[in-house]
Amino acid sequence: MMSTKADQLELVFRHLVTALGDRLHAHEHMSLELTGEQSQFVRFNRAKVRQIGTVSDGQVRLTLMADQRTGYYDLPLTGIWDQDWHHAQAALDTLRRELPQLPVDPYLVLPSGTANSGELYQGMIPAPRDVPDLVLAEVAGLDFAGLYAGGRVVRGYGDSVGQYHWFATDSFTLDYSLFTTDGQAVKGTYAGSHWQPNRYTARLDQAKQQLTRLAQPRKTVPAGSYRTYFAPAAIAELLSMFSWGGISEAALQRGDSAFRLLQTGEQRLSPLFTLSEDFSHGLVPRFNQLGDMTPVHVPLIVQGELVNTLVNARTAKEYGKVANGANGGETLRSPDLRPGNLLPDHVLSTLDTGLYVSNLHYLNWSDRPTGRITGMTRYACFWVEAGQMIAPIENLRFDESLYRCFGSHLVALTQTQDFVPEVGSYEHRDLGGMWVPGAIVDDFVYTL
Amino acid sequence: MAIAGYGGDPVDPLVVFNLVSALNPMIPDLTQLLQSLHVDADWIGLRAMREVSTRRSVRRQHPTHNGTRLDMGIMVEVVVDGQLGYGATNSFDRDDVQRAADQAHLQAIAARQWGLHACTTSVRPPVVGHYRSPCAKPLDVLTAGDVNDILLRLCRHLTVSSQVVQAIATAVTREIDIWLVSSSGSDVHQTLSVVEGHLSATAEDGAIIQQRSDHGYLAHSYQGGWECFLTDDLWARSQHIGEQAVELLTAEECPTLKTTLVLAPDQMMLQLHESVGHPLELDRILGDERNYAGGSFVKPQDFGRLAYGSPLMNVVFDPTIDGELASYQFDDIGAPAQRQYLIRSGTLERGLGSLESQERLRVRGVACARATSWNRPPIDRMANINLEPGSTPLPELIAQIDDGIYMETNRSWSIDDQRYKFQFGCEYAKRIEQGQITRTLRNPNYRATTPEFWHSLRLVGDRSTWQHYGTPLCGKGEPNQLIWVGHGSPVCAFEQVDVFGGGAA
Repeated sequence: MMSTKADQLELVFRHLVTALGDRLHAHEHMSLELTGEQSQFVRFNRAKVRQIGTVSDGQVRLTLMADQRTGYYDLPLTGIWDQDWHHAQAALDTLRRELPQLPVDPYLVLPSGTANSGELYQGMIPAPRDVPDLVLAEVAGLDFAGLYAGGRVVRGYGDSVGQYHWFATDSFTLDYSLFTTDGQAVKGTYAGSHWQPNRYTARLDQAKQQLTRLAQPRKTVPAGSYRTYFAPAAIAELLSMFSWGGISEAALQRGDSAFRLLQTGEQRLSPLFTLSEDFSHGLVPRFNQLGDMTPVHVPLIVQGELVNTLVNARTAKEYGKVANGANGGETLRSPDLRPGNLLPDHVLSTLDTGLYVSNLHYLNWSDRPTGRITGMTRYACFWVEAGQMIAPIENLRFDESLYRCFGSHLVALTQTQDFVPEVGSYEHRDLGGMWVPGAIVDDFVYTL
Repeated sequence: MAIAGYGGDPVDPLVVFNLVSALNPMIPDLTQLLQSLHVDADWIGLRAMREVSTRRSVRRQHPTHNGTRLDMGIMVEVVVDGQLGYGATNSFDRDDVQRAADQAHLQAIAARQWGLHACTTSVRPPVVGHYRSPCAKPLDVLTAGDVNDILLRLCRHLTVSSQVVQAIATAVTREIDIWLVSSSGSDVHQTLSVVEGHLSATAEDGAIIQQRSDHGYLAHSYQGGWECFLTDDLWARSQHIGEQAVELLTAEECPTLKTTLVLAPDQMMLQLHESVGHPLELDRILGDERNYAGGSFVKPQDFGRLAYGSPLMNVVFDPTIDGELASYQFDDIGAPAQRQYLIRSGTLERGLGSLESQERLRVRGVACARATSWNRPPIDRMANINLEPGSTPLPELIAQIDDGIYMETNRSWSIDDQRYKFQFGCEYAKRIEQGQITRTLRNPNYRATTPEFWHSLRLVGDRSTWQHYGTPLCGKGEPNQLIWVGHGSPVCAFEQVDVFGGGAA
């Protein structure tokens, strides 16, 4: 039933691309971008259901371009042609009325490619009626909180030069925490497109094991500098800052980026640090807002040196750069941080004495030009002495520069990567995730 | 069930919805729609929402955004044997709404044996009424061309010298209609008219880059019409922003020291939001939010007892202020909204919790079940959270400080999941020496823990220093929701706070 509605959305979207294209005048261009989903959301608290429901949604952005001017109109796409065509016609009329009033946009880029694509990833996700049983039967007696989000997500693109893309995927994410009676917690995620009960059980077993380690008094660690192991989920939090005033070419050009010193060569990161966009995993669409297909592999930082920034066509036109298929916001969509040589079994012995940090929380730039970030440790974090986990810690605030953390003070990256799924759902369910190893960093600065 | 009227003028619901249908041909008569649905439930409610927004933005004399958004949809909620379930759709087609109702029913049944709290229809009170934002200059009085002309002019005003390398001017308008109808007789229509404005200037001199904005990103967000944006001081303000961005290029770095910290109302907005608003949300205290934004250091037994801050601290939930961003008559489950003290003379009195949370925690709350749109369920939210003015005029407040730092406008915010250890950064600061404001400082930051900080509140500015701002970007909830909140505050002084600058931590 969920896929039926999504199929209906595709039919109507394809029809809309054609019908709007037929109505365009010779000097006009347009693009249509669709974001849609049929999702179930189940929120849990104390191993019970707090809120449960479904959402059927679709939103189309119609961008009209003419006479070096552009405007867009976002409208609902319901899959019912009469409703959707009514809104689309009204949107086109509004844009045609507005465009002549707008200033010329010198950096307008018209769609010009010839790309077409279609990807459908059918999955085996649980029937909505079964989700509470499937999730909660396994956590009886535990203090479990979190969110299950599952269903079909679609992304579409069509334009006036004949490019057309469709991406549909059945997927779920279960993002959860398990708590001890005194409020300490372990974080876990289980994501995919085929729900496999044994995998869920195995994930939970790992989390339960960590939970037992938390069942001892917390140690208060004073502010100071500590050698620290960051688990992959914590590294993913730090990497998320690359998408906010980081690796975007526009941000670099406009003085909004922490990586200007990296770009000018005044700073570099560790030779251990190699980051790229890698779309071979297939979890997110490769097409962008202009219908361009991003290369499957875009190296960004290679052995500590910035070799590419994320450049979309508009930025390229404004600053005389070469576009590499980046999205409108020039954010990471499918990042892969290469692993290193540290064997998972050697993490604690290599750390020796310091902090084992499972997660980080609420990061923000504290001084962007110097790459300094503040944030908090969160979830299962431990004090380690001589390679032994001694006690969970009271959460600490940090304030540290990326140039030190991923540069001069980066000791080692683990030999294995984890997939850290994207679980965000502002306006719509996000897709994809990050492939990241864990890392040991020397003298990481904690301030409160 | 009897229909009770609260607050606003009672109106004939049929008149309202006939009018609605005429104005919005895609939105049918919701009362009739409700009656046409077949659902075997103890209660059923419809919450429909239609938002038309525009976003126009100019950067360095060129347009970057000229967009309109129409978002509309409907959430069907049902109660079956004490379990709520929802189904939401962006289609008002009767068959699609019936499917959403069927989904809501199926969800309630699936969750029935796992329900966290068995609810009754008391958490969805029957109410009739309407609300409309004040609006002197309606949103359609300016054309797209008019708005772009104004934004271009603002960019020119922001660009006070060649050192200003970026100037951005943005105007956002929203008209939001929210309707509630239910099988217990609720019939509510609220229309919010909102204007959000943002101005910023980035100045650069070699490796030094400084930004100054109009009290923070989209902080000029108010309910009303274009009169909220086209204020008498708009042009002078934009020029001042450009001048201060340039001034910061040669300013001293904020020193590292423990001192008296004076915060302007635009930074108090963030301070109140993060260290008073969020910790008082009952759903955080109940644990609903623990997997995402976190819990709270506040415990259920703290209400009525905890000395949250100094006796100068009086904080209200006030959805009745004309023009403040999150004013309304009813929350999104129909609870009538009233002004309430959260903290009085420093003592915690009441939490930010909906009828559901109040019933679960047995703590007093407010009308704050809010949803960002039709496709997200209502959760406990801030609305307008304001610090009441004190009695100290600004000159007197500054005169009482021998050594201090005055900070304006948030630029960095981070606080832990229990809302305890925070670190905030500001755009602009001034040194206070021997009762006088002296040198300008750049890259100011401060850090503290919430109780220690609020207990250090020593001086509260009088009514003349009180300002209110808003933000449309408060993130919370699973699934995630961004919502609009308002915050008003006087200038405040806090003693013995750790402040520091940029570069080395």
